[in-house]
Amino acid sequence: MADFEPVLLRRILKNASPSLEAYRGDGGYKALEKALNTMTPQQVTQAVIDSKLRGRGGAGFPTGVKWTFLPKGHPGPIYLCINADESEPCTFNNRILMDQDPHQVIEGIILSSYAIGATTAYYYVRYEYGDATRATQKAIDECYAAGLLGKNIAGKQGFNLDIFVHRGAGAYICGEETGLIESLEGKRAWPRIKPPFPAVEGAFRKPTIVNNVETMACITHIVERGADWFRSIGVPPDPNNPRDNGSTGPKLFCISGHVNKPGVVELPMGLTVRDLLEKHGGGIWEGKKAKGAIPGGVSMGVIPDTEFDMRLDFNGPAKYGCLGLGTAAVTYFDQDTSIVDVLYNICRFFEHESCGQCTPCREGTGWMHKIVDRIRKGQGRYDDLKILEEVGDQIGITPGTTICGLADGAGWPVKLAVRKFRSEFESYIKNGKKTHSLTLVGAH
Amino acid sequence: MATVYVSYTPKNDEKQPEGLIQATIGKETVALLPVEIGNEKLNCIQAAQKVGTQIPHYCWHPALTVVASCRMCLVEVGERKPDGAVVMQPRVVPGCQTPVKDGTVIVTTTAKVHGAQQQTLEGILLNHPLDCPVCDKAGECMLQDYTYGYGRATSRMIEQKNTPANKPNLGPNVSLFTDRCIMCSRCVRFTREVAGTAELQIINRGNHAEINVFPGEALDNKLASNVVDLCPVGALCSNDFLYKHRVWNLKTVDSVCPDCSTGCSIHLDGNKNIVYRLRPRDNPKAQGHFMCDEGRLGYGYVNSKDRILKPTRLGKAILWKDATKDIRETFELAAKKDGSTVAMMVSPWMTSEEALLLAKWARTLSRDVRLALGPVPTVGKDDHYPKDRRGNDLNSAPKFTIRAEKCPNKKGVSEVLKQFQLRLHTFEDLLSWVDAGQLQAVYLAAGYPPRGQGWITTEQADKFKKVQTVVVHDLATSPVSDIATWVLPAAAFAEKEGTFVNHAGLAQAVRWGVTPSGDCRTDGQVFLDLLQRRGLAHVGTLRKELAKEVRYFAPLAEGELGEYGIHLETPQGA
Repeated sequence: MADFEPVLLRRILKNASPSLEAYRGDGGYKALEKALNTMTPQQVTQAVIDSKLRGRGGAGFPTGVKWTFLPKGHPGPIYLCINADESEPCTFNNRILMDQDPHQVIEGIILSSYAIGATTAYYYVRYEYGDATRATQKAIDECYAAGLLGKNIAGKQGFNLDIFVHRGAGAYICGEETGLIESLEGKRAWPRIKPPFPAVEGAFRKPTIVNNVETMACITHIVERGADWFRSIGVPPDPNNPRDNGSTGPKLFCISGHVNKPGVVELPMGLTVRDLLEKHGGGIWEGKKAKGAIPGGVSMGVIPDTEFDMRLDFNGPAKYGCLGLGTAAVTYFDQDTSIVDVLYNICRFFEHESCGQCTPCREGTGWMHKIVDRIRKGQGRYDDLKILEEVGDQIGITPGTTICGLADGAGWPVKLAVRKFRSEFESYIKNGKKTHSLTLVGAH
Repeated sequence: MATVYVSYTPKNDEKQPEGLIQATIGKETVALLPVEIGNEKLNCIQAAQKVGTQIPHYCWHPALTVVASCRMCLVEVGERKPDGAVVMQPRVVPGCQTPVKDGTVIVTTTAKVHGAQQQTLEGILLNHPLDCPVCDKAGECMLQDYTYGYGRATSRMIEQKNTPANKPNLGPNVSLFTDRCIMCSRCVRFTREVAGTAELQIINRGNHAEINVFPGEALDNKLASNVVDLCPVGALCSNDFLYKHRVWNLKTVDSVCPDCSTGCSIHLDGNKNIVYRLRPRDNPKAQGHFMCDEGRLGYGYVNSKDRILKPTRLGKAILWKDATKDIRETFELAAKKDGSTVAMMVSPWMTSEEALLLAKWARTLSRDVRLALGPVPTVGKDDHYPKDRRGNDLNSAPKFTIRAEKCPNKKGVSEVLKQFQLRLHTFEDLLSWVDAGQLQAVYLAAGYPPRGQGWITTEQADKFKKVQTVVVHDLATSPVSDIATWVLPAAAFAEKEGTFVNHAGLAQAVRWGVTPSGDCRTDGQVFLDLLQRRGLAHVGTLRKELAKEVRYFAPLAEGELGEYGIHLETPQGA
């Protein structure tokens, strides 16, 4: 792996200017030129399918396959939504791309729009990303001035595209694709019931594709370097399992928590949680030992240090009971961390962010939060652990009790924490142990 | 043609139906009952309803969009292949959101489904105050019913409940008990989709979400109180009914709202001769699922003490038997001299049977007795819903209409009068006869609810001073009752039985929920006495007589109108 050369972060690592001029100087918009002059939209889509690119937003759905769900021969308009509502705690891979290399993403957007026939793209940025919004808007303005957006893009007759930057108002649920669409339409971000899926009926009741920022950046490189190159990176699909799509391509990993070197690194998927900590995160801070980690954004679950051999690809985390790779944002915590406090903070987040539409999630997240708070204060009961596990198991689209996946993400860390760190919860309950004062951060 | 298979739950008093199919689902054996649904487009709740299986639900309502958010109607769904194999989906699905097709299997009896229902109810009850003893809805509450049927016996929650502040007077007619709300969002969807005025919204997020109005607005539209019926729990309460009566003491009859010619089907709830409330009754032939606030709250006069309660002659109370005898003799005398000097007015508040009896009495007196339809109150134009946010009409097909014609039976009365007299005379005709001094005796069968300016002005009433004998048969005093010789008390719509015919020619049954106040008799009974017919006014017999004698009412020959009524005309668009 040592010879892997970063692609998505190539310009960022050398502190290149985010301007159009500098981006072009580094070979930018070559992919667009190539696609417009030598490829049909179908060929671009085919390249994305061949690359086995899986969505980088968290669910890991194959991007090219998603595009093929659009109705054939639709008179339009077809919309492309860029999901930049990056709200998963400890996740900041989209932010670095938008802040420091916005043209890479915009090139991907133009290419994707060319492939799917979209004439309007909505760039849905979370409210908290002010710098990213401004950098993106500036890049878009530059593109309009240079003829890369608007009518007849780059001289290609009949290829028009407008990109609108839309700022969210600060809700986690807007990162759910149909919640995002509702929010974009000016409504309350309550995820829609499916079917119809957005590819059939999405924003403004028109076919809509929702893709992540990092996915868009990957498209640029797939078109430029070819699907074979992309597929050569990472973990290939299991030939014995036709439903496995593998974990190909470069991926941005966010490292955070009690580590010496937090930040974003670009790596092929398939490395272990331990390797990520030791080779790229600089180990646990202050010479302490690790206690555990959240392997992919808090909604994917919690693991103890004995499971650090977990491979970070689309299949690895599930083998340890986690929900999935998620956003590949790994948070480590040291031996002195109270897992009850970790869980309390997670529960507090999901109680605050549950949209309140489905009963199991609306009430379940609030209940779990109250229970963990009580355990934390030394008033837990053994029954509480049973309730936490039960509620954690029963909310979400996996058992079928909610509309969207937020509840899965809210329940998963709870049940995994209780199962994998049970002795610590029991010691709280048995001894009436109280947590040391916890400083809470965030605007709740 | 499509066949759907619904899991069968044996009931104690029922013989096991034939045609049950045994299937293994997970580790359980389930009996499936096939049901033919034809080409209907149904969801799982509706399909299961066909075999009498209730799938509990809160947020789903047939007149509103599907949101599938309460998660109460979770069921297991699968498909029965042509070879008989049953393949189930791995997860539970909301029945409201899942359409059925040929071969769909709906299972409501497995442990998985029970678990999901139990979990949803536990969630709903976490922050519900359980204040049933002081809640208006107790006794007809879907949360009580479902908890009893599907929930846990005890609560595992020991935490503090959320206690959001109540919002009394969310609008003039509706109060919100915020803590009882289960966030089904029916009310919000109703104001957006049916009323169109969209006053309601949801504020806050997660378990702190609340129903509220937009700042500076009130839930104030003509359909607002429907949210009270839509609310499956006691969150939205009618200010009119609040703390008035426990619902299990109410006696309910199915009747018809008398306040406009839409003729909304209603439930009339009363007890001990007091009408407590009117509620809309689902009727696809009449109005659908809802009713307007005007009609809903318009029953007050029925309970009023200011009604005419005794028959009087020149202001002195007399006995009914004297009143009917004297009136009959006076009119017979006048008719014998000259039939055309006698006139009778039938108001559009009379039932069709009453109109028939009065017209028949007129004809026994003389074939020249003049018949006229009473004043037909009309207010503005027909009021269609949904509207836009500003209250303007939309161009779409209306989902609900409040008619300008503010009486229940103009059509029925007119058709009866037309059978007995070539021309349908109006109240203006009657006034002109009075003015011209052509009349000696006038019988005014009014029965108008005392509202606004009343049905007759002082100037109009003064004209009747020229008439020797005036009989006013009415609910409340009016300018004309002051100059009448005889004043007879009439019965209100809630006190009598008969047939109302709405604007579209739909005949519906009016039933009595309370007995007539004071010395009142039903108008039909009075007319029978005038006709010197023995016995009590029996609506079934009278309706058959009506069907026989008035051609328009011929479809009512059976005497029974059924739950939804009978169309006497081909409905428009059919």
